[in-house]
Amino acid sequence: MKINKKIAISESGFVFNPTTGDSYSLNPIAAEILDMLKKDLSEDEITDALLEKYDVTASVLHRSIDEFIDTLKEMKILENE
Amino acid sequence: MENYNMEKLNFERPIIRKINTGISNKFGMKTEFEPIKHIDNVGVKGLAAEYGSPVFVLSEKTMRRTFNDAKRAFDTRYPKVQFSWSYKTNYLNAVCNVFHSEGSWAEVVSRFEYDKAIANGVPGNKIIFNGPDKTDDDLNTAIKNDSFIHIDHFDELYKLIELAPKHHKKPKVAIRVNMDTGIYPMWDRFGFNYENGEAWEAISKIIISNKLEFTGLHTHIGTFILSASAYAIAASKLAELAVRIKLKFHKDISYIDMGGGFASSNTLKGSYLMGIDTSPSFDDYAEAITTALINSDIDPDNMPLLILETGRALIDDAGSLIGSVVANKKLSDGRKATIMDFGVNLLFTSFWYDHKITPAQDFSHHSETTTLYGPLCMNIDQIRESISLPPLKRGDLVVVSKVGAYNMTQWMQFIMMRPKVVLIDKKGEVHIIRHNETREFVESLEEVPLHLKKAKDVNGNKHKHNGKPVEIDSKN
Repeated sequence: MKINKKIAISESGFVFNPTTGDSYSLNPIAAEILDMLKKDLSEDEITDALLEKYDVTASVLHRSIDEFIDTLKEMKILENE
Repeated sequence: MENYNMEKLNFERPIIRKINTGISNKFGMKTEFEPIKHIDNVGVKGLAAEYGSPVFVLSEKTMRRTFNDAKRAFDTRYPKVQFSWSYKTNYLNAVCNVFHSEGSWAEVVSRFEYDKAIANGVPGNKIIFNGPDKTDDDLNTAIKNDSFIHIDHFDELYKLIELAPKHHKKPKVAIRVNMDTGIYPMWDRFGFNYENGEAWEAISKIIISNKLEFTGLHTHIGTFILSASAYAIAASKLAELAVRIKLKFHKDISYIDMGGGFASSNTLKGSYLMGIDTSPSFDDYAEAITTALINSDIDPDNMPLLILETGRALIDDAGSLIGSVVANKKLSDGRKATIMDFGVNLLFTSFWYDHKITPAQDFSHHSETTTLYGPLCMNIDQIRESISLPPLKRGDLVVVSKVGAYNMTQWMQFIMMRPKVVLIDKKGEVHIIRHNETREFVESLEEVPLHLKKAKDVNGNKHKHNGKPVEIDSKN
């Protein structure tokens, strides 16, 4: 699972896909996750980092990350290796 | 561990949203920019923790303030004004007593409501008895108590003429008049029509019978009336009847009852603008009604008492529903859906309002469009087809505002049981004013015939022996 190399991600949570011309906005946590994915952190590592930082239960976090990653795949921002 | 959690940041579900450029969406207004964390300075989170979710919360302060706003609007324009609390809007006794303590009479439309008003200590001669279905016993009780009986149809009128002589006093009656006030739909199923002469016929019949005391004229032109001018037309037509009664029968009527129907600041479904911008104020309604009465040909020295039965506009703002997110889902076409722990069973008014729904915790400025469903296993249980909300996760709290009217009377015990209702008093103290229902409460009215009792009770230990479900003999 890797971020599509052509995708441009700004620090302010703005995503641009030059292939389709689509732009996306991210909320701060989504931007944080995408940043970690960019740094090749695994899903487990991302989960651990967020659990440490945020007031959230593991089940809610897992569910949220899974859903988010599915959405990224649907949008072709994430690709299976 | 607890302390450690305190220092952690608020978690918002991660979302990514495609940016659509082009003409901005005129319906894209965000619901709210600030969370509602407190109701009358009482924490929403604490309320949900102590009284459960969902829970209805009523603000006594808002009720009294709204009532006094309405009263001021009319009192400053007309010499004699009387409010009468519309029981059907919210007949929790605590709520009724807030309005009674402010001087409201009771306006009831059934024996159930009538008896509630009496039990709340309202004197019989301060109860207005409306509605199409009054039994002989209801009428006799109302006559005995000197209540004002608003006659809905000729069958009731003739029945009253029949019952009156047994009472050694004339029952105090008014007629409900329906009329064309230029609004649609015209409510012509209640009372006697003005335009076709039926109302005049009823008035003549009452006065000529000499068995009833004709006290007043009543109308209720509809509900959630967004045009104050419709009330001016209604008031003028009732004033014309009053003048005609004076001319023909030399009788001054005691009161004109303009009913209710004032809109609250909720937003009706399909409305382009927010309700707060479109609903007339109490001053608008008061100006229309009182100007019409004062400018009529009624003798200025004998102006009738002006009675108002407004309910919704007095209580809607004072009610909130705290609820929480059960789940997020994706529908077959990719749309988002959010399931809440309250549905149309509790929020009957969601059939016609787009309620203001606000998260109770901090959120970023990001939002997503979702469909809000209730918890019932029923397809109709949809609170909002499309709403823009910050990304909510399971357990997050929301506050539905302006739900004080009708929800706590039209709610359904369907699949789920009704939750608690609490009242925050003027000092910020929280009181339970209706407990949540329990299975025992719901079943307390049921009877199960002996042959349909639990199989193991009927068949003793047979059930335990073979471990198979015992068939109930329906022929017994």
